Amino acid sequence: MRRGFAALFLGLSLALAASPLRLATTTSVHDSGLLDAILPGFTAETGIPVEVIAVGTGQALAIAGRGDADAVLVHAPALEAQFLKEKKGVLHTCIAKNRFLIVGPPQDPAGVRWETNVLNALRKIYLKGALFVSRGDNSGTHKKELELWQAAGLDPRGQPWYLESGSGMGATLVLASEKGAYTLTDLGTFLFMREKVRLEALFDRDDPRMINQYSYMAVNPERFPWVRFEAAKKLRDYLLRPEVQETIANYLKERFGQSLFEPLHGRCLIPVP
Amino acid sequence: MNEILEITLRSLLVSGSATLLAALFGLPLGIWLGARARPQRLAASLLYAGMGLPPVVVGLLFYFLLSRSGPLGSLGLLYSIPGMVLAESVLAFPLIAGFAMAGVAAKAEPVRRLVKSLGGSELQVHLTLLAESRRVVVAALAAGFGAVISEVGAVTIVGGDIRHATRVLTTAVVIETRKGELERAAALGVVLLGVTLLVTAILVVFGDREAP
Amino acid sequence: MIAAQNLEKRFPGFLLRVPRLRAEPGEILALLGPSGAGKSTLLMLLAGLLPPDAGRVERTGPAVYLDQQPYLLERSVLENAAFGLRLKGVPRARARRAALSWLSRVGLEALAERPARGLSGGERVRLALARALATEPKSLLLDEPTANLDPANVARVEALIGEERHRGRAIVLVTHNLFQAKRLADRALFLLAGEVVEEGPAPAFFEAPKDPRTRAFLSGEMVW
Repeated sequence: MRRGFAALFLGLSLALAASPLRLATTTSVHDSGLLDAILPGFTAETGIPVEVIAVGTGQALAIAGRGDADAVLVHAPALEAQFLKEKKGVLHTCIAKNRFLIVGPPQDPAGVRWETNVLNALRKIYLKGALFVSRGDNSGTHKKELELWQAAGLDPRGQPWYLESGSGMGATLVLASEKGAYTLTDLGTFLFMREKVRLEALFDRDDPRMINQYSYMAVNPERFPWVRFEAAKKLRDYLLRPEVQETIANYLKERFGQSLFEPLHGRCLIPVP
Repeated sequence: MNEILEITLRSLLVSGSATLLAALFGLPLGIWLGARARPQRLAASLLYAGMGLPPVVVGLLFYFLLSRSGPLGSLGLLYSIPGMVLAESVLAFPLIAGFAMAGVAAKAEPVRRLVKSLGGSELQVHLTLLAESRRVVVAALAAGFGAVISEVGAVTIVGGDIRHATRVLTTAVVIETRKGELERAAALGVVLLGVTLLVTAILVVFGDREAP
Repeated sequence: MIAAQNLEKRFPGFLLRVPRLRAEPGEILALLGPSGAGKSTLLMLLAGLLPPDAGRVERTGPAVYLDQQPYLLERSVLENAAFGLRLKGVPRARARRAALSWLSRVGLEALAERPARGLSGGERVRLALARALATEPKSLLLDEPTANLDPANVARVEALIGEERHRGRAIVLVTHNLFQAKRLADRALFLLAGEVVEEGPAPAFFEAPKDPRTRAFLSGEMVW
């Protein structure tokens, strides 16, 4: 009980001290627990506590775009480019990547499993009219999905088999599993949820279109003078450190038999101008 | 386990403070409206409409108010407990004022008749009505508290669900569900239910005691 | 004594006019009439709970009005009985002592510490009577005190009303129960659609009513 109160007061005083760095990030990074594995080291070293707001990429950029966060860690290159162009963000840095997969029911009614080209896989789903769940929440994964449909020359919106969940990746996987539907997911969330859903990775290939790139940006202090830019810069430098990048590479590697995230050391695979 | 306790205490802190803040303004207003001899139709319909305020809309409103780019941005209250308390108190206010108004209005006429018929003054009518409103006040407080502690839309938008800072029971349930930790989410849900029932029960027992 | 002269009260579509009304100390005046005749309104005018549009009410000493459904405070039986005295500024201990003796008069002393809300219908009326009588009013204005009570409680409340008459209080009693009116009343007043049809000493009123409408009402032929 006493420890609970102590923790509460600690939490309170941290919240009221108004000194923490506020990082808006995506649910996929947060819910995987990766940040819990790397941020305490940063706080211990710099004395800067980090408050994480886990939302979709679209909302994370919206929050940061009003100066309500000091930095973002997101995964939607097109939105990031726009954020930079609007002079809302600076110090764009590619931190890590993994990949997107198409998952679906083991029966695979559209035969996605045999496709080597993701656009053809989507075309098969479209032609078959197989159920597909979209995030529909302007998140990085949702943006990627819309990009892929567009690249395939298709517009699934309004089709009876095209469902929009409006929720996070985990909930969307559960929904797809219950409905026996396909969906696009990031690798990390799927690995976490794999035991809990009746879904298989049906398109899981090294396709440049399926790269899921996570980038860090500081919020522009010239535009939003109250942001903690120095702290945000320190966090960027910390994330790029070889040993931290190593931690990212090894995070939960043993548990899943593969890396959840691969470090990028600041080198973007998808260019963000 | 410790984190659940921490989250539970924070939920109680936020909802309790919001209820008290709302009661500070809502109870006097509700009792005053209820004690008026003529029915206050406009005020009543405003309060009843306010009971249906969608939490996400209130949350969004407070997001824009408290955002650093918003009118109250310099206070730095977005993603903080005081900010959450403010938004929640706006949600609790119409419930508390409305329940108090309806409860007092139902008693106003019989109490007035009783006190007047025994030769009491107008002041004594109001004092008696206030004393007789204890149960009404308790019902109003319980309604307000129950609404805000179980609310998720506004606390998510205004609080941001920051671990060790603004995470409360409802947002914790959401995040555990999102992570697929359904058992943990269910456990938190049970805690939420238990806390709500416990607080309501304490309020009711407290309000049910006969005055000396 | 309680009396009224040229009393008028207007509501939309309703006019109550009472040229003369009088209840002397030690006298029970029964107000009779069908529902909607204006009996309760008249009683509230006499009690001063409603302002008349014309005319005036005279009271020698305080008058206490007893609601058809008396409101009991969310307190103990004893605190309810002491409430009228407390309103008058009587110190708590003295008010409680006086209230307790009134509770024993109405047969509720055993329930003194119970919450008043738990009382039965008959007990509620008796408690309300004790609360009213504890303030020692000169007049009592009773609005159907025995409606919905069982016969034992009716007898009990009637006995109490009779005792209070003998103690010199002026009592105005609204009742639907003609037998009760005959048993208790010294005078009777028959009200119909806001008009006083007939008023007089009880024996004459009941045995030889002058107005045909009174006759019809008393014989139960007035159908409303």
